[in-house]
Amino acid sequence: MYWGLIIGTGVVFGLGAVLLVQMGNPGNYGFCAACHLRDIAGALGIHSVATLQYVRPEILGFVLGSFALAKTSGEFRPRGGSNPLIRFVLGALMVIGALVFLGCPLRGILRLAGGDLNGITGLVGFAAGIVAGIAFLKRGYNLGRARVHAGAGNSAGYLAAAVAFILLVGVGTHAAFLRFSVQGPGSQHAPLIASLVAGLVAGAFAWRTRMCLSGGIRDFILVRDTYLLKIYGVLFLAALAGNLAFGTFKLGFVGQPLAHTMHLWNFLGLFLTGLAAVLAGGCPLRQLIMSGEGNTDAMFCVLGMLAGAGISHGFNAAGSAAGVAVNGQVAVLAGLVVAGAIGWSFREKTTAVTVGG
Amino acid sequence: MEKTLDLRGLSCPIPLIRTRDALAAEACVTVIVDEPAPKENILKFAKAQGYSAECKEESGEYTLVIRK
Repeated sequence: MYWGLIIGTGVVFGLGAVLLVQMGNPGNYGFCAACHLRDIAGALGIHSVATLQYVRPEILGFVLGSFALAKTSGEFRPRGGSNPLIRFVLGALMVIGALVFLGCPLRGILRLAGGDLNGITGLVGFAAGIVAGIAFLKRGYNLGRARVHAGAGNSAGYLAAAVAFILLVGVGTHAAFLRFSVQGPGSQHAPLIASLVAGLVAGAFAWRTRMCLSGGIRDFILVRDTYLLKIYGVLFLAALAGNLAFGTFKLGFVGQPLAHTMHLWNFLGLFLTGLAAVLAGGCPLRQLIMSGEGNTDAMFCVLGMLAGAGISHGFNAAGSAAGVAVNGQVAVLAGLVVAGAIGWSFREKTTAVTVGG
Repeated sequence: MEKTLDLRGLSCPIPLIRTRDALAAEACVTVIVDEPAPKENILKFAKAQGYSAECKEESGEYTLVIRK
């Protein structure tokens, strides 16, 4: 069971991502919590970049897969109330950083498995950001307790799954309330059913393993737990094998799909994402999974991620194949200041609450 | 010495950090959490350290007794 889940999760994410690219997604773009959410933000009109508009069914699958398993296992317990506004801000910071790098840490691994060496720079930055976040945790950083929603408040826990279902119907029927790119990355996608099934299966595995990109590195540093790191290892190898088999492996820094070579900003972009993820209690993928579980704080974080995508593209702060404009550099530096301020401000005395004993 | 920690509602990895820190000073720590993820993280940590751990679930809350 232990290795079965590790291998199953790694293969579904790694090989699944490569197959999605074969079926139509852009290069090294099979799964990416940040970029796919950015495309959803475009489809909803949160930003107006015409080439980045598509409701990615992979993301809907993450939420619905997590929701289905949480419900059937009896673990669906809607909760929230732990500083949702700060979680919204942290979600925005996660995506602002990720869109400078051009990918969440999951895509960082997938890019590396496709031979894009810029993935190394980004992932090292991500790990460094996690180390910075742990420093705040060790100083008593805490956003406070979430509580189980009682009574009518319980229905709030269904919101993420309900919205995901509505968006799924919308993308399936080409509904007028959504925008669809006719060219560029947003127009490139696998068939809806393939993307949805991949997202559902991946979401189910991510729910079961509590997969979290920041959590894997964080837990190794804190208690030497290697469970999630093993998943990332299998994921990388599965994606690498798939890329080699399909001839999509291309080693180097230059000319990689949806990537740039500004190393400092690749590093700092995912540094910001790593720091904000630790402060928010999970990476972008984990926030989507927790949203499906009925966690309304995670839903605020996901809303923040959508807003972050809007900010990035509204202010020309996202990276592109040409690099990172000054706006993007300013956004990352400002984001680091805000994340640092949050980490510093929300410290509490680390004495644990004692109940009897 | 024994200690009981109420860690319900706290984001990961705060329950794990507080459990680890409490076990540095106490021989036995009882932990109350209300989500599967921190429960599993704490049990994995206890196992890795060679500590004994018992877990009881009641109404979605988990009581873990960890002994060094």
